[in-house]
Amino acid sequence: MLSLAASNTLIYSPRMDLAQSVTSSLKADHLACVRSEIELFRDLSFELLPGQLIQIEGANGCGKTSLLRILCGLSRPAEGAVLWQNRDIEHCRGEYYAGMAYVGHNNGLKSNLTCEENLQVSSIHNRFKPNVNIEDVLEQMGLDELIDEYAGKLSAGQQRRIALSRLLLTDAQLWILDEPFTALDHASRERMEGIFDQHCQAGGMIILTTHHHMMIPNTEVKLLKIAA
Amino acid sequence: MINNSQHALKTQLWRDFTLAARNKSEWMNPLLFFVFAAILFPLGIGPDTTILKQIAPGIIWVVALLAALLSLDSMFRSDYEDGSLEQLTLSPYPFAALVFTKVSVHWLLTGLPLILLAPLLATFFHLDGDATLILMQTLLLGTPVLSLVGAIGSALTVGLKRGSMLISLLVLPLYVPVLIFGANAVSASTAGLDISGHMMLIASLLALSITLAPLATAAALRASIG
Repeated sequence: MLSLAASNTLIYSPRMDLAQSVTSSLKADHLACVRSEIELFRDLSFELLPGQLIQIEGANGCGKTSLLRILCGLSRPAEGAVLWQNRDIEHCRGEYYAGMAYVGHNNGLKSNLTCEENLQVSSIHNRFKPNVNIEDVLEQMGLDELIDEYAGKLSAGQQRRIALSRLLLTDAQLWILDEPFTALDHASRERMEGIFDQHCQAGGMIILTTHHHMMIPNTEVKLLKIAA
Repeated sequence: MINNSQHALKTQLWRDFTLAARNKSEWMNPLLFFVFAAILFPLGIGPDTTILKQIAPGIIWVVALLAALLSLDSMFRSDYEDGSLEQLTLSPYPFAALVFTKVSVHWLLTGLPLILLAPLLATFFHLDGDATLILMQTLLLGTPVLSLVGAIGSALTVGLKRGSMLISLLVLPLYVPVLIFGANAVSASTAGLDISGHMMLIASLLALSITLAPLATAAALRASIG
């Protein structure tokens, strides 16, 4: 399953056997990334299956964000391909985006919209779960008192939590998250770890970058280290 | 899927109108520029009715074009800066359709008011009723082209820090045909000439823009974000 380049190490640490669907998988196939004529990584391959979480680690500037942007189709790799259900995402963008949710460095919130409105608007970007309730999601994230507040008036941590709340509204199986714990307090981080655990237990897949040591007891976590 | 797409497009419309209603300066400033810049000409040239009538179509069209240019930089800028544009490009719904919706809102906020303000400006230039009506018709056909073509330039430069200057360089040459046919149609009508040729040419530019510009803009946005 794992193909490793000399400059990349992938430590495979299975913690639990999960029921896996062979049809749902995200594969990175010999990816290479070049930014400003500097090669960030080459020949990077891995596979993410339902119930698994990949945590990408590496020094600043090693290409973690670039890898996530390639995986979600925002950037193109210099070489290689990203496969969703064994099909190049370039050829099945609509299908891929219907099953994928991305939270990047920027929260994608409009400061002139309230928290509730920002989440309503996210139905443009992701298909919502049937019968999902924004108030319930905000309550789950501990943000129910801020429902009518403008996003621009919130703290950085609160804004991050609103951005992450989108994940609970969508029925996307794959979550791609760039530093999801940025600006979060300890309690919020623990809450998010619990949500990640639940998502993977339900057959979801997560790939994220973080410098934090995560406590996700019931999920198979792979650690992908990108060498600088 | 179609219902979901329709819902996404409606939500996009609601979002952009709500944001515009809460941030009026973004679309009001170009409109005020349009009115004040056009009014300056009669004040500067003087009350010579013949000259004012002669220059009116060209002046009003040039000022409309500059007002459109002023508003282009903000079309995708804030969405790019706060990450909304990334989210939009990752939408499972047709990206070109979402882009077309955004451009439509831009036209409704910056192009349509120009048409509604045109009679006011026409009075400053002593244009008669028929010429004013023709002016409004040319603006009705031409201003959507300004928004659609301008969106391509805005999308290409959204990732650049000083993109507004580059937008002008990219977009102004493409605006020239609209300017020529729009202004000449009004001049021809005041001279009692047939204007159907001019109108059909602007209409064909509009058809071409509606067909191709959203696709080009979507591709440009993907390139700028990548």
